[in-house]
Amino acid sequence: MTLATLLPVQSVALALVALGAPAVVLSRDPLKMIVVNGFYGLTLVLLFVIYGAPDVGLSMLVVGTVAYPLVVLVAIARVRAPKDGEEDEK
Amino acid sequence: MTRRVRIGLFLPALAGFGALLVWAYTGIPSFGDYQGPYGFVLEKISAPLRHMDNVVNATTYDIRGIDTMGEEFILFAAVIGVVLLLRDDAGRSQDVEDDIGSDVVRVFGTLAIGAAILVGLWLVANGFVTPGGGFQGGVAIASGGLLLYLVAGYREWSAFGNETVLDPIKAIGAGGYVVIGLAALVGGLPFLTNFFGGGDIGTVWSGGSAGFVNWSAGIEVAAANVLLFSEFLEEYIVPIARGS
Repeated sequence: MTLATLLPVQSVALALVALGAPAVVLSRDPLKMIVVNGFYGLTLVLLFVIYGAPDVGLSMLVVGTVAYPLVVLVAIARVRAPKDGEEDEK
Repeated sequence: MTRRVRIGLFLPALAGFGALLVWAYTGIPSFGDYQGPYGFVLEKISAPLRHMDNVVNATTYDIRGIDTMGEEFILFAAVIGVVLLLRDDAGRSQDVEDDIGSDVVRVFGTLAIGAAILVGLWLVANGFVTPGGGFQGGVAIASGGLLLYLVAGYREWSAFGNETVLDPIKAIGAGGYVVIGLAALVGGLPFLTNFFGGGDIGTVWSGGSAGFVNWSAGIEVAAANVLLFSEFLEEYIVPIARGS
């Protein structure tokens, strides 16, 4: 696909993804990173829907905004407040 | 490793992977340029033969239903593995004090629980009409359950988010898939053959016996995910809430 055949809405979706990915990488605080990553996931959902793959979009929605943040959150909670005798586990 | 060395390693790697990426992109077919026959065949047959509008789910739950059965048991086995690894012999903790103070969180969260579960049920029910189906709908239902923990606290969550409640539901979902497949065998048809006829296309009653396959997948996925969330919460959040 060349740039000339790109619809405006597709350009916007691609641009949001291109902006979102570095935003996730550049977030230094893990908690902020989860939130930013959630928004990045939503831009990917938008991209998939615009390109005619709503099924993939739905999967991305539930994985990117529910399952993945939960796993990262519990990992952070574990690291920040270790149980007794597990202080060296990082 | 100093910053200088790190950057010295990073830049050549970036250039190398960047060049490979650009090279790969110059070779891909243009958007919508699909050559294979399989997709065209599915597109032609799924509405007239199976009475399903959503070709994706016609493929996953009917025409290649046996693959999806394998996937379902991958999830089943994975969740059982997590539960076995994280099982706490001390039993469930009912004494965790983590009451939610914010009224805004309570009100909007409670509304969001209903919305999430409703959307999940809608996604499963309309699996053969619109995008969605058992897997996506199941996770949406489970996320509604997880919201209960966020809104009400651990005690309310643990009333239904425990193995005694969820294990049978999960097993019924996973086993139901196989039972529907075997029912076709009993009727003298190949395993997992769609044996009810198509039903009314464009409604929740379309899909024939694959509709039951879709629902059993939805039940299994929802229960498996709630169980997964439950084990994570039990293992990681409860010790912190207790302050130990």
